[in-house]
Amino acid sequence: MKNFQVAVIGGGVIGSAIARELSKYKLDVAIFEMGSDVASGASKANSGVIHSGINSPTSSLKARFCIEGNKMFQSLANELGFPLQWVGKYVIAKNEEEVRDLERLKKVGMNNNVPGLEIKNGPDVKKKEPNVSCFKALWVPTAGIALPYEFTIALAENAAENNVRFFLETKVTDLKKQKNLFLIKTNNGDFQAEVIINAAGLNCREVVSMIEEPDFQVYPCRGEYLVLDKNYSSLINSMMYPVPVEDLGVLGVHITPTIEGNILLGPSAEFIDDPYDKRTTNETMNNLFLEAREIIPSLPDKAVINAYSGIRCKLASPESGCWADYRIEESKNMPGFINLLGIESPGLTAAPAIAKEIIKMISHLIELKKKNSFKSRRHRRKRFSEMSAEEQSNLIKKDERWGRIVCRCEHVTEAEVIEALSNPLGARVLSSVKYRCRAGMGRCQGGFCTQHIVRIMEEHFNMDVADMRLKSPNSNLFYGKTRGNQSD
Amino acid sequence: MVKPEVIKVIDYTVDVAVIGGGPAGLAAAVSAHEHGAKGVVVIDRNSWLGGILPQCIHDGFGVEETGTSMTGPEYAEKYIEMAEKQGIDIMKETMVLQFNGKREITAVNKNGLHKIKASAIVLAMGCREKTRWNVMIPGDRPSGIYTAGVAQAFINLYNIMPGKNVIILGSGDVGLIMARRLKFEGANVLGVVEILPYASGLPRNVVQCLEDYDIPLFLGHTITCIDGKERLEQVTIAQVDGEMNIISGTEKKIECDTLLLSLGLIPENELANNIGIEIDNITGGPTVNQYLETTLSGVFACGNCLQVYDTVDVLATDAKNAGKSAAKNSSIQKKDKKIITKIVPGKGVRYVVPQIISEPGKVHLTLRVKKPGESSVLHMVAGDKEILKKRLEWVNPANMIGIDVDIPHDIMASTQNLEVMLGDR
Repeated sequence: MKNFQVAVIGGGVIGSAIARELSKYKLDVAIFEMGSDVASGASKANSGVIHSGINSPTSSLKARFCIEGNKMFQSLANELGFPLQWVGKYVIAKNEEEVRDLERLKKVGMNNNVPGLEIKNGPDVKKKEPNVSCFKALWVPTAGIALPYEFTIALAENAAENNVRFFLETKVTDLKKQKNLFLIKTNNGDFQAEVIINAAGLNCREVVSMIEEPDFQVYPCRGEYLVLDKNYSSLINSMMYPVPVEDLGVLGVHITPTIEGNILLGPSAEFIDDPYDKRTTNETMNNLFLEAREIIPSLPDKAVINAYSGIRCKLASPESGCWADYRIEESKNMPGFINLLGIESPGLTAAPAIAKEIIKMISHLIELKKKNSFKSRRHRRKRFSEMSAEEQSNLIKKDERWGRIVCRCEHVTEAEVIEALSNPLGARVLSSVKYRCRAGMGRCQGGFCTQHIVRIMEEHFNMDVADMRLKSPNSNLFYGKTRGNQSD
Repeated sequence: MVKPEVIKVIDYTVDVAVIGGGPAGLAAAVSAHEHGAKGVVVIDRNSWLGGILPQCIHDGFGVEETGTSMTGPEYAEKYIEMAEKQGIDIMKETMVLQFNGKREITAVNKNGLHKIKASAIVLAMGCREKTRWNVMIPGDRPSGIYTAGVAQAFINLYNIMPGKNVIILGSGDVGLIMARRLKFEGANVLGVVEILPYASGLPRNVVQCLEDYDIPLFLGHTITCIDGKERLEQVTIAQVDGEMNIISGTEKKIECDTLLLSLGLIPENELANNIGIEIDNITGGPTVNQYLETTLSGVFACGNCLQVYDTVDVLATDAKNAGKSAAKNSSIQKKDKKIITKIVPGKGVRYVVPQIISEPGKVHLTLRVKKPGESSVLHMVAGDKEILKKRLEWVNPANMIGIDVDIPHDIMASTQNLEVMLGDR
């Protein structure tokens, strides 16, 4: 049975950030992820906003880790090579009454030491954002955007390059403490570890209950998003938020530019019973438009190229006000069992700071020694579409696969698809390709490239078509070969 | 034309560069050569020529054009042979990244970057299929949802079976043909769901692909929800009223593992858009004059990137005109810009191509009506003056109407808009 010092349950942004931080030390670390890739849950389905810290009460863990995390992002982006843009955000007041909300937010932000906050008049906002309808707005310059899946993948792949073992499609089914070790049962065999980090997101309660009686409930709260075509990227330059929806403990439907040029509308907020119910609904899709149009009246309605939802892991019910702070704590009865509970927004921003905190907690349990061999930098090659003509020519000269365009919408080459499928995590589903090199993310949504990626999977990776999947262990793409072929 | 060499940027100069080697591009290239163009190059991003045709293994291609019914691959082969015989240059697996106002094309392939300077460009990029999100179908996002054309490619080009228990949304021609094709491969085709009260594909396909195989057609229905956390498990269909609103209480769940979407096609015009060529909002293709020249001088458009055609025969015939215009580079825009007349769709007419008349004389119009109907009269008027009146036995949005009309000089000089409409006058 394989023995690890630290086992992380969950390959979301939190688990991946912790794994990467742990990979700086001389430790045997494993991460168990039940999905077919990291960032399979809420970590890929969120707004991708690096929050400033104006939205959480001063002295809450949410505020603390958000503000600390925000400050860490630029150097992380430099090290790991993921794109990050400090586009800033406006919180829009539609009338005098909502200006009071802006003032309250500004006050909280100033208490949290968020710099540069400024309430601007509508005409001043209009000068910068001509499509936006606004009475006054709070300008928050330290808010940024990143691609949440790309950030998580960067953390995880860098951790893997520094010898963290990733077990994908591996669901932890039971945990037991045996003497000083935890026995970890999974669908892929049994493992042992000295320390368990429960970073299972929505499943955090299920994991706790394997060890002890949980003293909390999880209230899944679904948020739906719409993705707009890149043709409309010039609608906004910065993020546009309404004043927060206090009674739901969420920030409201906002309009977010993305690094790639698409615009996101969302998220909605709806408490649901089934934490896996990631559907989109007709009613909410319509509402997202209506709400977003209050900020951008000229928003076109035929611009959607995709829709998805993510589920927030809330620890407070609607009855108790929806707001609860993060819980990051070691079990009192079971030393070595560290739980991260209710890590919802601003979890993406908080992730790097939370990871540092976890290291501190582990240092009380295991002696931590830095390893000299740690490679902090992760090489991210420029995308073909971002290169100059000269760079493109030179690469094609070296390897002709750079000259074969596989995804016509996003101009992704065969070389990039092969590189994506060769990732150090061993993730080999269609969405692993999509989230690494953008093939299939454009306006035709895989109409052209899917067949070419399937061919590459067959030719370069010897995969059987019957084993090819979209995103998760049972999401098979095909039912083998056709009848005609079998009788050949 | 210089043969490709691996240098930093490979330069060519040609008379006519055709972007896209599908049926339209091939027909345009062949025609350009026949009309005297010296250097003709066809650029295509696939490793094969013929575009979508090689995966269309059913027959019915070429009947109107040649009197012989061919399969898609056979039809394509006819043009490929002609192009080869004429010595037309073919660049396969080559993607055009952009072109500029001087008609300099930047393209990429395994040999490197290419700059192709052309006296005339013919756009023949074809179209793409509408996706689930073009019609906003709510629900889960499982595997097992394919556009009909993608499923057709998997079965016919790669021998891969995309599904076993299949529902098809949309009764466009590709969807109808795929219903039959899947049935042949042993799949269980549970039905074709169409939101309109009539099929949107050709009537002959409804008979030959559905009725002959007892595949149910649910007219006036749509899909309201998709269920399946990993692979598709079921869809909900429901009836719609005259305003396309879902009639509550009519929902019915159908277990299936595969949903094919045949929702219509969108002309592929990223290249045209990027350079600022005017696009007609209705056709989704460039605005053109009777020579199929776009609003950018020396750039012509044909095939499904101009407008979505019903049959390859009509498409190829029009594309030949674009090729001919490109060969002569009969750029009217260089001449007298003052006499320009617009053709506008009137009552009952969805669109008319060309949208601009830049010279009097014989013009070939293609158009579509808004709704099916019987014994209609098609008119073309300039103010209160009638230029054309033609009785049509029946009209159907699925059937493109082609009509020749002579635009007199005095009309061109005196009017700015020609209206094409249905109805009595």
